[in-house]
Amino acid sequence: MSSAIRIKNGKVYDPLNGIDGEIKEICVQDGKIVDSVPDDSPCIDAHGMVVLPGGVDIHCHIAGHKVNLARKFMPENKRHDVSPRVNELRSGTGGSVPSTFTTGYRYATLGYTTAMEAAVPPLGARHTIEELHDTPVIDKGFYILLANNVCLNQLLEKGRMEEFREAVAWWLNAAKGYGVKLVNPGGDEPWKGHKNSNVHDLDEQIRGFDLTPRKIIKALIDATNDLGLPHPAHIHCNNLGHSGNYTTTIETMKTAEGRRVHITHIQFHSYGGEVGKNPTSKAKEISDFINNNPNVSADVGQVMFGEATIMTGDAPLTWQLRNMTNKKWINADTECESGCGILPFSYQEHIYTHALQWAIGLELFLMAKDPWRMVLSTDHPNGGSFMNYPKLIRLLMDKQFRKEQAALANQKAINSTSLLDLEREMSMYEIAIISRAAPAKLLGLTHKGHLGVGGDADITIYDDQEDKEAMFNAARYVIKSGKFFIKDYEFCSDFQGRILHVEPEYDHAITQKLRPFFEDYYTIQFDNYPIADSYIHDGEVVPTKSLS
Amino acid sequence: MTIKTEVPSPFCGIGTDDLVLNVDGLSINVLANGCAINTPAFEQVIGDIAPRVKGQEVTLETAVKKAAELIAPSNQTLIGGCATDVNGMRALVSLADHSGAVVDNLAFNASRRNILALQDSGWMNTTLAEVKNRCDLLVVIGTDLEKVSPRFFEQFIWNESPMFLDDSTQRKVVYLGKEPSGQAAVSPAGAQVKVLPCADEDLPELVAVLRALIKGRKISHYEIDGIAITDLKALAEQLQQAAYGVVTWSASELDFSHAELTVQVICELVKELNEQTRCSGLPLGGCEGDQTANQVSAWLTGYPARLSFAKGFPDYDPFLYEAQFLLKNGEVDVMVWVHDFNTQALPPSDVIPLIVVGRSGMHFEKEPDVFIPVGTPGIDHRGHAFRMDGVVAIRLQKLRESGLPSTAEVLTLIEQAL
Repeated sequence: MSSAIRIKNGKVYDPLNGIDGEIKEICVQDGKIVDSVPDDSPCIDAHGMVVLPGGVDIHCHIAGHKVNLARKFMPENKRHDVSPRVNELRSGTGGSVPSTFTTGYRYATLGYTTAMEAAVPPLGARHTIEELHDTPVIDKGFYILLANNVCLNQLLEKGRMEEFREAVAWWLNAAKGYGVKLVNPGGDEPWKGHKNSNVHDLDEQIRGFDLTPRKIIKALIDATNDLGLPHPAHIHCNNLGHSGNYTTTIETMKTAEGRRVHITHIQFHSYGGEVGKNPTSKAKEISDFINNNPNVSADVGQVMFGEATIMTGDAPLTWQLRNMTNKKWINADTECESGCGILPFSYQEHIYTHALQWAIGLELFLMAKDPWRMVLSTDHPNGGSFMNYPKLIRLLMDKQFRKEQAALANQKAINSTSLLDLEREMSMYEIAIISRAAPAKLLGLTHKGHLGVGGDADITIYDDQEDKEAMFNAARYVIKSGKFFIKDYEFCSDFQGRILHVEPEYDHAITQKLRPFFEDYYTIQFDNYPIADSYIHDGEVVPTKSLS
Repeated sequence: MTIKTEVPSPFCGIGTDDLVLNVDGLSINVLANGCAINTPAFEQVIGDIAPRVKGQEVTLETAVKKAAELIAPSNQTLIGGCATDVNGMRALVSLADHSGAVVDNLAFNASRRNILALQDSGWMNTTLAEVKNRCDLLVVIGTDLEKVSPRFFEQFIWNESPMFLDDSTQRKVVYLGKEPSGQAAVSPAGAQVKVLPCADEDLPELVAVLRALIKGRKISHYEIDGIAITDLKALAEQLQQAAYGVVTWSASELDFSHAELTVQVICELVKELNEQTRCSGLPLGGCEGDQTANQVSAWLTGYPARLSFAKGFPDYDPFLYEAQFLLKNGEVDVMVWVHDFNTQALPPSDVIPLIVVGRSGMHFEKEPDVFIPVGTPGIDHRGHAFRMDGVVAIRLQKLRESGLPSTAEVLTLIEQAL
């Protein structure tokens, strides 16, 4: 841990410190970036190489009940993609839902050193933490699902906003979560309790409650801001995948009224057209709104052609998709805290909708005026595996390649978008923003996503190649917390990463309000529900801003 | 003497966590909320503390060394039982990965009935809190539910105030197949249970007819396997009219050949009911670490707990890697048996060199080459175990200071000694 490293002669891209391709020395000691190291420290001559902070994935599905159910569900997804045991590294399997060790190693091989699991019912947090302990190398955290929580909804419908906020804070502490996730706000109850219906409009009454989706969204945006969480409410909007859903997305963003909010996999929420008919691209309308509203950030949720797995808390969505694929699928109602749907999927170039989704994602990247607020994701494994990131980066950096790929896709779809008119090619600096600096900043991880003194020594070094896909596919060096994971293309050690979580302050009186609810409705005793600190092997509490 | 409350159990599969125990030194007595499964499992008297090699008491270090000496030259090691907690299973898979072993959970032939249905066509399932708060009709197929889960009805069906029902006593319960062995399914108001009794081997036919009736197919028989078609029609209609029906079964109770096809028909009829209303499946299980083995194996390898590391990576086969089959064919030359929960769950006797990492108190007909008594998760050390629905990891506590090592510790030491 304490060994020092000097990286010299590398071309450094560090947007948070304004460094754009300068040849600059980076020094590492005790897991952190430092000013200087002793002269005799081991040195990497990074001549002809590019030095970047470790990648940060703001939204993926890599651990927990739903992910693990998908693993058991699809053995055929893995037989063709095995990871043998190599040196110290554990064996595993891949496919679009890799085993935990393989997940950690593969992320790190791409140069990613932090990833956030995006959807965990609080009751599933124990399980999720156990899986994350077995997901090596990378640092990780998870968002807890709270937008269909009956207990919170009951507080909200009675207008007990202070207690609502205290309860959100209690839940984050109890589950060791990093942030608050909203999935199809208000949609669980119509799905579970009222014969497979859903909510479709933000101002529609949710059956069973004196509430609307908008009230839930507003309350959680306010609570996450008021609690000073490092990452704001992380929202999977209503009407995912439906033609015409872009208005719902814009309404959701407006609900923030200027306060910070993050909209996830926004590509799936940027469709025009009429419900039940083919979608069209509304990337421009969505981009314009985000360009003009600096309180809003998003990750794209790019679709990549090939194998994927749909896995979501949005159960009514998979209910609809199952009819399109005629494949096996899973629905799992989850402990009155969440829904869950899983289904194998394949995005195909020749299919109009898939080609359109692919093009809309690229439009959103390329139309964003501020790359700090439109960051990279495929909603792994929903839009495709994170293993597609290098190809996605090439699509963004290489106009010619993009046009070649577009020519292989459904032309009716491609021509209905503005993709072919977009001449922009992202620079290495911008790629460093959307894959490193910006996600770290949006997550409030002040010591990640950059190479400034005091930052975590999470560093990736690539050979500078013309083919950016090849370049980003195999880092030459990966340093995580100051330790080599890959050294000159070779795996050289295996180690655990940290679990990142928050501990917002709350008034303990709230437990007296929550306890009776648990006694009546839960299947776990109230005192057996919270996760003690001792269950986190190597954790880091990311501070919340003090309430003011 | 210490009174412990809200103690979770790894034994019963439904995640009971309201046990009240008296812990007095090494002895444990269940004071409240016990059942026919949990009480004897918690009260089991501690047996041997010292490990043995060929029947001679040795130190843990010696026993571990001997175990490693047996595994290291082996051409094919088999790790059977696999009944442990999350940490134990983690160490077990790590040892298997290191030594190229086959891993086979002893309950896999039962779990396989569910897993094959899951992998072939999927399902719509639910979890216990949804049952507790929403279920208005419970259909029990081929299972004596109160034998499998003695407190199921008390905790999840006759609970006082379900969230989304006015009154839990309105809930209806119907059995198809085995008859209930007691009165747990009778409602507090005295409403009797409707039972459509049949033999296990008639279930495939009856479940298929029930599905056909739900789909509106005409059945030109008055009676199927002794059950009046009108009764089956009534059940189909009840399922169609229920707002949140739940169909439950225990795979271990469906002990007839190709029961996976019956599970699949149940899962498919549940899906079809959802065209009109809500209905969910609820596979029972989770006892003695079966769900834990499958869950941990799935995240570490991508597959449930019947797989081989012989090729240097995980390879899953629900039939080929069955322990009994491998032993019978002479395909393995060392066996490690792991069982933390039940002193009666003994390895197949008279096999190849045998290493047992088992709950203290096991007695063997034939002494194993190595026996390392271990503590039980939830009694001798803390840990996590998965409940039957696979969603909830329950927090197991340490209740006493027995000095027994955990399976995780023992298997890690063996791996390090390789």
